[in-house]
Amino acid sequence: MDIYRLISQTQAEYARCIDDGRLEDWPGFFEPNCLYRITTADNYQQGYEASIIHADSRGMLQDRVSALRDANIYEQHRYRHILGAPAILSEDRAEARCETPFMVARIMHDGATDLFATGRYLDRYRLADGRASLVERIVVCDSSRIDTLLALPL
Amino acid sequence: MPDQTVQGAALTWPLEGLARVPYWVFQRDDVYSLEHTRLFQGPYWHFLCLEVEIPKPGDFRTTHVGDTPVIVARDQDGEIYVFENRCAHRGALICLKDRGLAKDFSCVYHAWTYDLRGNLTGVAFREGIRGQGGMPPGFRMEDHAPRRLRVALVHGLVFGSFSDAVPPVEEYLGEEILGRIGRVFAGRTPMVLGRFTQMLPNNWKLYMENVKDSYHASILHLFFTTFQLNRLSMKGGIIVDPTGGHHVSWSAVDHAAQRDAEYAKQNIRSDSGYSLADPSLLDGFPEFPDGVTLQILSVFPGFVLQQIQNAIAVRQILPRGTHRTALNWTYLGFAEDTPEQRRARLKQANLVGPAGYISMEDGCVGGFVQRGIAGAAEECAVLEMGGTTAESSPSRVTEASVRGFWKAYRGGMGL
Repeated sequence: MDIYRLISQTQAEYARCIDDGRLEDWPGFFEPNCLYRITTADNYQQGYEASIIHADSRGMLQDRVSALRDANIYEQHRYRHILGAPAILSEDRAEARCETPFMVARIMHDGATDLFATGRYLDRYRLADGRASLVERIVVCDSSRIDTLLALPL
Repeated sequence: MPDQTVQGAALTWPLEGLARVPYWVFQRDDVYSLEHTRLFQGPYWHFLCLEVEIPKPGDFRTTHVGDTPVIVARDQDGEIYVFENRCAHRGALICLKDRGLAKDFSCVYHAWTYDLRGNLTGVAFREGIRGQGGMPPGFRMEDHAPRRLRVALVHGLVFGSFSDAVPPVEEYLGEEILGRIGRVFAGRTPMVLGRFTQMLPNNWKLYMENVKDSYHASILHLFFTTFQLNRLSMKGGIIVDPTGGHHVSWSAVDHAAQRDAEYAKQNIRSDSGYSLADPSLLDGFPEFPDGVTLQILSVFPGFVLQQIQNAIAVRQILPRGTHRTALNWTYLGFAEDTPEQRRARLKQANLVGPAGYISMEDGCVGGFVQRGIAGAAEECAVLEMGGTTAESSPSRVTEASVRGFWKAYRGGMGL
């Protein structure tokens, strides 16, 4: 499979995983040693390191999921991710860097639907055994505002 | 939507005093307007930004005091000046940027120009063109300017006030609160690590109540409790200043403490078994000699300084109408941090903010109240945990600091 198709397919699966509510499968898209951050364009541009979510291991992503399942309180809701085409920025046999725009609608349990976030994924994928797995995903939201709270991952 | 049915009805506080909060106070447009006159433009200090955000002459930031837009700028003399972001001509915003570096400010509408202190220094076509038009000869630029605010600096925090009657900030805060701010900042250089805005679907006072409510912390926030970051049975306490408006809730983790039977008896969600796959999230470093691992401090009406382990942040609470609030988070580190300490702060930041393990719920719980009280303007909240007064307490099973908020609020509002 060519890299473009491999990454596109992986990203589509990533979005389905979250949107279908299979959060337990979500950390599986990442390498054990990975970096996942959610930040905003303003913070990213300023070079600020703090994040809305900052995980530097797959274990921390698993902890996010268990906290969402067992600890945190929030109203039931779902996301619908619409991903744009990935722009492959660099690639070799072992690794690819790419950037992908996204829009995420949030659907509350009562049906209220909002455009919750737009932004881009800045990704570094490890390529091995016909698979692409995330070494790094920096989620850069366009807006500096988060409505109410951010529970489910982007 | 505001409860239109009660707009205009008398603003009569229930006879029970501090132990009751009438729900109209979170709903009515007339109350919101009065808050702007009496609190946001009244004798109170309002947090604006950090000094380190505008380190050099010409640096500026724009923000708000209540609904009112203001510019915070550092002039060539090195001092900080604050003035309304409102052109003295026709009222347009003078500055459209969030921050930047400027020699002066020029209104885009008709190019009236202001210096970094908010003085009007130029009026386009003041003399007219070829002897035609222009301002009348008696027009004096010094008679026209956006309103200037008083400025106070507290350990690198910039506060502003519209009022000449506001006491000096040291007196306003009092020794105890001032000391607790100094405890976090003194002798160090704060650095901004990140800035996020959380839009809350509720009245600003519901968020302030939540901040001051130590009763809810270990009940609503399971994450907090399970890892013994905050248990009501730990060593700790509540400080309520004499005005009631400012507070500190603090605790120290006692790792040796056994699980306490009182807790188990309450059948609170907090006792589900739960462990982290990667506990490095909580790896911290001893930062304060007093061993206090949690200090939530509020300054009336809308400022919060937070230390949760090594996660340090300031929060600016800005009303955005009766039913909406902007919560501006600024995450902080210090220039003196080692790389390891910085990393710990970045990881512990997962505890707070819009996706915070222990603050996420605070983003929605105010909305639950705002929606819950719709149509119940004349009903009241009950604040009797820990008594009916607003005093410091060694127990955190109390709503004393929430009552303190209402004491200060009612005093300021004349309600």
